[in-house]
Amino acid sequence: MLRLEPRAEPGRLMSVLSPVLALATTVVLGALLFVAVGKDPVRGLGLFFVEPIGSAYALSELAIKATPLLLIALGLAVCFRANVWNIGAEGQFVVGAIAAGGVAMMAGPTTGRWIVVPILLAGMLGGMVWAGLVALLRDRANASEILVSLMLVYVAEMLLEYLVYGPWKDPAGYNFPQTITFLEATRVPHLLPGTGQRAHIGLLLALLAVALCWLSLFRTYAGYQLQVVGLAPSAARYAGFSSRRVLWLAMLGSGAASGLAGALEAAGPVGQLTPHIPAGYGFAGIIVAFVGRLHPVGIVFSSVLMSMFYLGGELAQSRMGVPRSLTGVFQGVLLFTLLACDTLIDHRLRWTRRSVPGGG
Amino acid sequence: MESIALLVAATLNAGTVLAFASLGLLVNERSGVVNLGAEGLMLVAAVAGFAVTLGSGSVWLGLLAGAGAAGLLAAVFGLLVIWLNTNQYAAGLALSLFGSGFSAFVGVRFTQERLPERAHAFRVPLLADIPFIGPAVFRQHPMVYGAIALTFALAWFLYKSRAGLVLRAVGESPESAHALGYPVRRIRLGAVVVGGALCGIAGAYISVVYTQLWVEGIVAGKGWIALALTTFGTWRPTRVLLGAYLFGGVTMLQFHLQGAGVQIASQWLTMLPYLATIVVLVLISRNAAFIRTNMPASLGKPFSPGG
Repeated sequence: MLRLEPRAEPGRLMSVLSPVLALATTVVLGALLFVAVGKDPVRGLGLFFVEPIGSAYALSELAIKATPLLLIALGLAVCFRANVWNIGAEGQFVVGAIAAGGVAMMAGPTTGRWIVVPILLAGMLGGMVWAGLVALLRDRANASEILVSLMLVYVAEMLLEYLVYGPWKDPAGYNFPQTITFLEATRVPHLLPGTGQRAHIGLLLALLAVALCWLSLFRTYAGYQLQVVGLAPSAARYAGFSSRRVLWLAMLGSGAASGLAGALEAAGPVGQLTPHIPAGYGFAGIIVAFVGRLHPVGIVFSSVLMSMFYLGGELAQSRMGVPRSLTGVFQGVLLFTLLACDTLIDHRLRWTRRSVPGGG
Repeated sequence: MESIALLVAATLNAGTVLAFASLGLLVNERSGVVNLGAEGLMLVAAVAGFAVTLGSGSVWLGLLAGAGAAGLLAAVFGLLVIWLNTNQYAAGLALSLFGSGFSAFVGVRFTQERLPERAHAFRVPLLADIPFIGPAVFRQHPMVYGAIALTFALAWFLYKSRAGLVLRAVGESPESAHALGYPVRRIRLGAVVVGGALCGIAGAYISVVYTQLWVEGIVAGKGWIALALTTFGTWRPTRVLLGAYLFGGVTMLQFHLQGAGVQIASQWLTMLPYLATIVVLVLISRNAAFIRTNMPASLGKPFSPGG
């Protein structure tokens, strides 16, 4: 029978191969899903994996989706490495968007381009406040950060709805639940102005964040402490590393990243606040972080992959009439198969003749 | 008086969803496994139950389908975390994300459908006619009484039966249970599947009995609230049931307040159950020693028999 056997050391090759294997499984399952709903699987998969990288315009759209995913996943990777289970990035993203929107709406017709800086800073601050609440309750009252951060997602969404249905509603907006369209000066500058492509400088900020995240994780003492606290809490305690400090550090960093992502979204491609600001990036970011091996460089690749899923889902809906929520199915399957494949990092498959007693 | 009776009735109804889910998670966690996938299980069960009830016209078949679908998914989760020692938090999250995507995908065709209107209420003979108490308590869907029966059955199972003792032993100290010759991993899988099926009943109850329609994300965090309730109820069935009714009450209070003409934006009221969850978590978790003595000692920790 086929048997799992622990490896003496984690297989380095498998830790890189596992996401590839998981992606391959997801693609096969995806093809089967297309067949199951009576659609051409080759054409369907083409929409997911070829079309989104097929033209300059498509690449620009890809960058728009990859930017928030990258930012959020970087923050989550730091949290997960510290064994802090922040799963409420979606809420931190929303509050970041709200704070950014609040500043953007203060701008007048004479306001200069400098306003973009306070807008983005406000977003980061908003995300930090929302994440800080989680850290505070965890630190002071020992409340599970998983549940608190998740509950705050719903609270943030309701807060956004309250604002766009109530005090912040555009008076000239035909009663639609949305704010005014932000003035041109407040919008995040495009990367390639004049080309009609919507990709914005958020991409550069996200790449900067990758470098910052890498440096702080692997080249600073605080980053080292953070990883020890995550991997070996008792060793960390013995060494005198403060797990409380690590908790705050991870949560605030992650909140700032998610908040920035929210600000870039609100003052970037969306350009106003609507109830549709929460697009699930906060949850998809969890998958991006894991698929990227919680490593800043790996996350760059996985965020591109995940935004291909997003674009593919939109294309599949408009061209083939397949529900767009296919994206969510692909995302879930990918994380599931990845976790299963990860078993092979610490274990290897062995073919043995007899069943071994003591299983069960 | 009439409106208070209705509020009590609605509270019991809403509490039933939370009760089934959190009792299921209690079984799950008593074996030492945390399942963060409850929300996803409930969503898949809600759409499965809705589809079957729509097709067959039977509420009971719908609830059964929900239990089956969620039980099956929970089994996959169980194999992953029990045999392959995958991180339970990560695998549970994967389940929740998959469930919300999959249910949305499958459910698109049901968003316009409605289940035929029918009288769900089951009138307990004689008692249903008592003024005030009758309409408040004794005119409910049978599953409302099912949740209460399940609570006491579970309390008996855990504390009075041998099988319950074994389950608790597996959750407290899998090493000792293993040394005594109990198949720890199979017992855990059993608990995960039963727990998943109960979450499934809760999910299907939402779409089939409670709202009688399907919309994307219909569970709206009840799976997560149910997870918080197991902590709130310190892993005891009766306390979990009371917690479920408390939260059912908070959920219903918002509609009651709106109905009573309280001048407050509906969004603040919708926030209530989520804020209440946070408050309750903070209050209960402050006493770390209290939680530690009540929590199954091996909760969230993987176990592999050294064979």
